[in-house]
Amino acid sequence: MPKEMIHAEKLIYEYDKRDEEGNIIGAERAIDGVDIDVPQGSFVAILGHNGSGKSTLAKHMNAILVPTGGTMWVDGRDTKDPAELWNVRQTAGMVFQNPDNQIIGTVVEEDVGFGPENLGVPTDEIWQRVEESLKAVGMLERRKDSPNKLSGGQKQRVAIAGVLAMEPKCIVLDEPTAMLDPNGRKEVIRAVEELRKKKHVTVILITHYMEEVIDADQVFVMDDGHIVMHGTPREIFSQVDELKAYRMDVPQVTMLAEELRNRGLDLPRGILRREELVEALCRLR
Amino acid sequence: MSIALEHVSYVYSPGTAYEKHALKDVSLEIPQGQFVGIIGHTGSGKSTLIQHLNGLMRATEGKVLYDGQNIYEEGYNMRTLRSQVGLVFQYPEYQLFEVDVISDVCFGPKNQGLSQEECEKNAREALELVGFPEKYYKQSPFELSGGQKRRVAIAGVLAMKPKVLILDEPTAGLDPKGRDEILDQVEKLHKETEMTVILVSHSMEDIARYVERIIVMNHGEKMLDGTPMEVFRHYKDLEKVGLAAPQVTYVMHDLKERGFDISPDATTIEEAADEIMKCFRG
Repeated sequence: MPKEMIHAEKLIYEYDKRDEEGNIIGAERAIDGVDIDVPQGSFVAILGHNGSGKSTLAKHMNAILVPTGGTMWVDGRDTKDPAELWNVRQTAGMVFQNPDNQIIGTVVEEDVGFGPENLGVPTDEIWQRVEESLKAVGMLERRKDSPNKLSGGQKQRVAIAGVLAMEPKCIVLDEPTAMLDPNGRKEVIRAVEELRKKKHVTVILITHYMEEVIDADQVFVMDDGHIVMHGTPREIFSQVDELKAYRMDVPQVTMLAEELRNRGLDLPRGILRREELVEALCRLR
Repeated sequence: MSIALEHVSYVYSPGTAYEKHALKDVSLEIPQGQFVGIIGHTGSGKSTLIQHLNGLMRATEGKVLYDGQNIYEEGYNMRTLRSQVGLVFQYPEYQLFEVDVISDVCFGPKNQGLSQEECEKNAREALELVGFPEKYYKQSPFELSGGQKRRVAIAGVLAMKPKVLILDEPTAGLDPKGRDEILDQVEKLHKETEMTVILVSHSMEDIARYVERIIVMNHGEKMLDGTPMEVFRHYKDLEKVGLAAPQVTYVMHDLKERGFDISPDATTIEEAADEIMKCFRG
């Protein structure tokens, strides 16, 4: 039994391609032989262009989809085993792109309590979990508010609290900031970092914003159902041309450093943060 | 087509406990052919503002003028205005519905009363303008990738030959390459057709790279209005209202603080690199 939080071996996901009448005309492989390891408590980012297979992979992490080939283990449980379905779902919680599709309660704290209530958690404990989860994402003072009074970033943090209240060991966020303004994006990423530090929750973040992954332990880049790049953010963002070939980008600071290197400055590769670039330039002067 | 807003306000539920100013005394002028960016946090009034520009919402106070003519005057042809001011909403691909790409793009011109040939001609031109490959014209729009769907949706508006194109977050949800492709295409379109383009975006980096003028909205009011350099010079004020400057602008300010003899106003990678290199030459 693998001891990693997420462990996939030769994972394949195939679905039928149909014509207009619904006849099967072939098979499409969304995931094609993926091996991935996510250690307990780590922060892993998955990048990849639209249609590269990253959301399909994410959906395997809490058994929304089960592999048609190979195996996915979540905290040592095989997601194909129907007897483990609810255990898998409770281990790995998911947060999606659109906060408006994930909030159902009319009051913030009720929305957050919905998950544990469904799990049959005793009432006293539900309230305790609601309080703790809202505190973890910095939304405790809005507990009595109506969710439709909240900004996008605040709604998304409530959605994260709702997952957190089910006490998952792992949280999978599929483009949680795609619909948010810069402040909303910052709030959500900060909340996710807190979770990892204070609650030791394993975090898997799928995003199109390169700046959001610079603190990850590992970055995976997907293309055409395969994992094509894997490494630390610094290793990954050192390969500007390769990333661009996969329709990805690098943080703007990294790009500026690359541009300065091209113009002849002796800067190291893979500069990720503004402070690093400023320090490196000060040393050069 | 020049656009002018004169003291425009929009109030929800006036006179009740829920009264809310979505726009407060906004005045601005956009000459024909300008590439304008609108930024502001969620709820700052950006969307309300752009919906006033094609008459979808009617100001509770003030005037909207196109080429000097008040669009609220009796007898003003709103229908013509709407076909001259094309509005591409957020996630416009959700509005695709036809059996194939070309029919979907024909829908707008068809409603303008054009003949089948004219519709098709306009549709083809529009698809070409957004860089959509001809081999997919007969394909169902639902089988396309996210970026391609969005191009079709934008083409659907362009096929009506608007003089003003308003795009509300046209790159939301797209991968980085898709973002660049769409915006490069819009820039090209702007240059080739001299169309006025109004771009609403949450990406300060994109805004800095493409537009010539930025309007900053906050609590329904126009907070700043100027070139990217002028606007991002106020990065501290922008942060207070939930916005920011592009990352490179921060790098420039840091460098200045550390004693580099540079102007910190750069807002794009090229501008920043040019300015930094000055310190390393000679």
